[in-house]
Amino acid sequence: MEVFATAVPALSDAWGLILQPIVLGYLVLGVVMGLAVGVFPGLGGIAGLSLLLPFMFGMDPILGLALMIGMVAVVPTSDTFASVLMGIPGSSASQATVLDGFPMAKKGEAARALSAAFASSLFGGLVGATFLTMFILVARPIVLAFGLPEMLMITILGLSMVAILAGRIPLKGVAAAGLGLMVGTIGEADAGGSLRMATYDIPYLTDGLKLVIVGLGIFAVPEIVSLLRQDRSIAKGASLGAGWLDGVKDWAANIWLSVRCSIIGVVVGVIPGLGGSVVDWIAYGHSVQSTKDKSNFGKGEVRGVIGPESSNNAKEGGGLVPTLLFGIPGSGSMAIFIGAVALLGSGDIEVGPSMLKDNLDITYSIVWLLALANVVGTILCIAASGGIAKLTTIRFTYLAPFLFMLISFAAFQSGQNFEDLLALFGIGLIGIFLRRFDWSRPAFLIGFVLSNPVEKFTNQAFQIASFRFRKSFGEGMEYVFSPIVIVLIVVTVVSVILGIRQAKMIMAEGEVKSGSKRAPLIFLLVIMAYLIVALVNANMIPDYNMTDKIIPLVIGSVSLFCCVILLIQMMRRPEGDAIFADKEIAGEDASAPHGLWSTLAWFASLIAATWVVGFILALIGFLIAFLRIRAGSSWQMTLILTACGIGFMCLMAGALNRDFPPGLLQDMVNLPWPLK
Amino acid sequence: MTISNFTRRAVVGLIAAAGIAAPAAAEVDFSGKTVEWVIPFSETGGSAKWANFFAPLLSEALPGQPTVVVKFMPGAGSTKGANWFQEQSHDDGTLLFGTSGSTQFPYLLSDPRVRYEYNDWIPVMASGTGGVAYLNVEDGAKFDGSANALKDTNFIYGSQGATRLDLVPLLAWQMLGMNVEPVFGIKGRGDGRLMFERGEANIDYQTSSGYLGGSAPLVESGQAVPMMTWGALDADGNIVRDPTFPDIPTFKEVCEATDGCETTGEAWDAWKAFFVAGFPVQKLAFLPGDTPQEVVDAYTAAFQAVTERGDFADISSKRVGKYAVFVGDGSKAALQTATNVDDNAKAYVLNWLKEAYGVELN
Repeated sequence: MEVFATAVPALSDAWGLILQPIVLGYLVLGVVMGLAVGVFPGLGGIAGLSLLLPFMFGMDPILGLALMIGMVAVVPTSDTFASVLMGIPGSSASQATVLDGFPMAKKGEAARALSAAFASSLFGGLVGATFLTMFILVARPIVLAFGLPEMLMITILGLSMVAILAGRIPLKGVAAAGLGLMVGTIGEADAGGSLRMATYDIPYLTDGLKLVIVGLGIFAVPEIVSLLRQDRSIAKGASLGAGWLDGVKDWAANIWLSVRCSIIGVVVGVIPGLGGSVVDWIAYGHSVQSTKDKSNFGKGEVRGVIGPESSNNAKEGGGLVPTLLFGIPGSGSMAIFIGAVALLGSGDIEVGPSMLKDNLDITYSIVWLLALANVVGTILCIAASGGIAKLTTIRFTYLAPFLFMLISFAAFQSGQNFEDLLALFGIGLIGIFLRRFDWSRPAFLIGFVLSNPVEKFTNQAFQIASFRFRKSFGEGMEYVFSPIVIVLIVVTVVSVILGIRQAKMIMAEGEVKSGSKRAPLIFLLVIMAYLIVALVNANMIPDYNMTDKIIPLVIGSVSLFCCVILLIQMMRRPEGDAIFADKEIAGEDASAPHGLWSTLAWFASLIAATWVVGFILALIGFLIAFLRIRAGSSWQMTLILTACGIGFMCLMAGALNRDFPPGLLQDMVNLPWPLK
Repeated sequence: MTISNFTRRAVVGLIAAAGIAAPAAAEVDFSGKTVEWVIPFSETGGSAKWANFFAPLLSEALPGQPTVVVKFMPGAGSTKGANWFQEQSHDDGTLLFGTSGSTQFPYLLSDPRVRYEYNDWIPVMASGTGGVAYLNVEDGAKFDGSANALKDTNFIYGSQGATRLDLVPLLAWQMLGMNVEPVFGIKGRGDGRLMFERGEANIDYQTSSGYLGGSAPLVESGQAVPMMTWGALDADGNIVRDPTFPDIPTFKEVCEATDGCETTGEAWDAWKAFFVAGFPVQKLAFLPGDTPQEVVDAYTAAFQAVTERGDFADISSKRVGKYAVFVGDGSKAALQTATNVDDNAKAYVLNWLKEAYGVELN
């Protein structure tokens, strides 16, 4: 109990450090900057922190920490705007929020969804900080107890959420997840460096596809295109129903769900190497399982927002443990944070074991600055949510060009290649068809997100386990079947069984009518063709690089097997069976005034023009043409909106010191920024 | 190892060609400009830390005090950014490029993705680091300054990949006759240390700063035993004890004490060549090849001024580790040592990679 004796004075020292007007001022400044930066989906924390880095050199540590933490803390809060209002998953932390948040916005309940999300975020952040204050003292041995078999099991638990999100035809869900896993293996293998479905002639593919692009392509592009075709506002009937107070009441009514998901968030966040990728799915799965009436999930169930949002801010707190105690960043922004801490003051603070011994007051300051930043950020966000929710009542045709602008820019920032835009378009197409034929998009995304951890942990755990087994059988068993692993296996099995029973009630894509055989069959055959090519490709990897081929071979075979069964079912079942779900048969998409391809052509034209004249020039042309022709607005309106869009883009990119995609023109002529 | 000492062993012709760095180039003025320092890695790596440390100092020291911003262009293990820099030419002297061992190794190993040529670029600053290998307590007890008693033990090591900087420790252990099985696919040395702490790996190595921050506390608390450093280079290019860790023997000493390990011959030459490219000259800053001499001089003078700051030793050791920093001619010599690996050494390593790990780079 000696540790606790030192903890209490350190905690009061920490509060002494935090509760100074100037520290709070820097915190608020950081929060405001974080919110401004957070507008960009998929960019937030990392871009903002890099921007602050030059100022960190020699800065008073507590002020620098307040500024940086203020900025990092609000990203999982502010990216909720994009998830709920536009269906754009801002980061891996807000993917599950899209599932129910966006349908709520479509029902005209954007303000309610937002304030429920913010209230949950705030609460999650506070629960996380309280938990951490005690936990951080004893965390080290617990973190070390999570070896590779344990991490593999948590990853599998995350994957098991596919069972819940598989949709009406479970096989389709499994195949979608398998496809996601396979897409995730594209590129250079981590272990042996073999290429999977890539070639050195296309360097872009060797790095694999980025999560930002896949998230945007799978969720955002299909929704934007669909809404644009229907030419309506996001909120049906352009009216806002429930207000922000209702959302807070919703949260209060589900406070225990919020508590449980917060704890899930902290605990999973504590484990290094997993980061945020599984937390929100596990929380979402838990929300579904603990809800009696599951029929509303996927259609705008507020519990589907409260769960993931409670966990994702708590996770940020949990992520501090590996970051501060082991110097191992849980996320990209935490990695920059570690680098920045070294620049502070006289450079005395170094993350690692000393954070508990010599710098416990600083550690506690960080924990509670994070909690405080959550409070400030949430209050600002709730205050803004009523107004920002009105965006959902605007005719979507006026929003769409700016959303294309935003997602293109966000995609480009992930790798700074023109190919990023092509990949966004390609994945977007996959997303559109998954949506159309009612293949579970969340399952695909879970597969993609967990592809790398599954492969890495499987290979590494296998290698170390066989090493232990060679020593002695007992030692091997002890390593593989530790108590934690056994508990996780039980949890996983229970969640899969419950999930399969419940999956049919949860329709992430809403009701989908079924139609003729032809289109769904063609889509299935295309997926099968890809899987076969990927399998052949993986099989060509020489056997001494077994680590690089085993996972694609196994996953690919399982997915292909599912597809073959689906194919047989499709041949035997009559037209109109649920297996032939097709959104183009009936419903919103089918009755939309604009066709799919003509709508998609607008997006394609922006990308094509970017290839020729660079992003900003292409964007000017795109915005003017779109607003004049598609939206049919007056010249005056067109020019004003275009100027606003370009101005906003340049202002943000300029402040964040980011470039735009260049085109052929820029190769030939040297143009000044932002045209270069 | 001092800058002037290092300079003396530089290739004579290069010194002559380089001319003498003027203390201040009056005609170069960066007032109101923004210098972009492009790093071919992500925001989160060690090179980012390195550039972010030097950027504000460089900004103060350059004539006209331009803003120096660090830009990131990650991809294909840094070869994407390096290929891009190869295409750049001098504009107004506001482009600086940083490389690391991860850029040097693919170049040395003729990775098919490499479309850049180090000798086309003008180095203005170079810095290095050291590395320390350590063992778990059980096996550390068997270590007596030689690896003789370690040859029957099976070791597990968390590795980022055999063609990366990990080539240096893996080859060293192999030369000592130790049986080290690498577990590939970890993302950074921090993850390797965590694997060691969890007891899944029983041997590990860290660069100097990583060792001081994370592993030295393990040694202090009796959870790890230091084995050897890679050493440092003296003025004549000999491997000597790392000044940061004077009490830990070098690999060279351990090799000499171990039966069957030779400090001459092709294996040793190959190891030393890659050690030099990966550690004493790990990170370099370049200007495009056609940069006029007065701009080069301005950068040289600026980096010189940075390293001559009264507090430089203090602030740099805390933030980027106790790195030796070479400027101007020193950096040219450093580049030469780092990128000239003789063909036999290269062939030896390529063959070893293929035999031991099945890695073929073509």
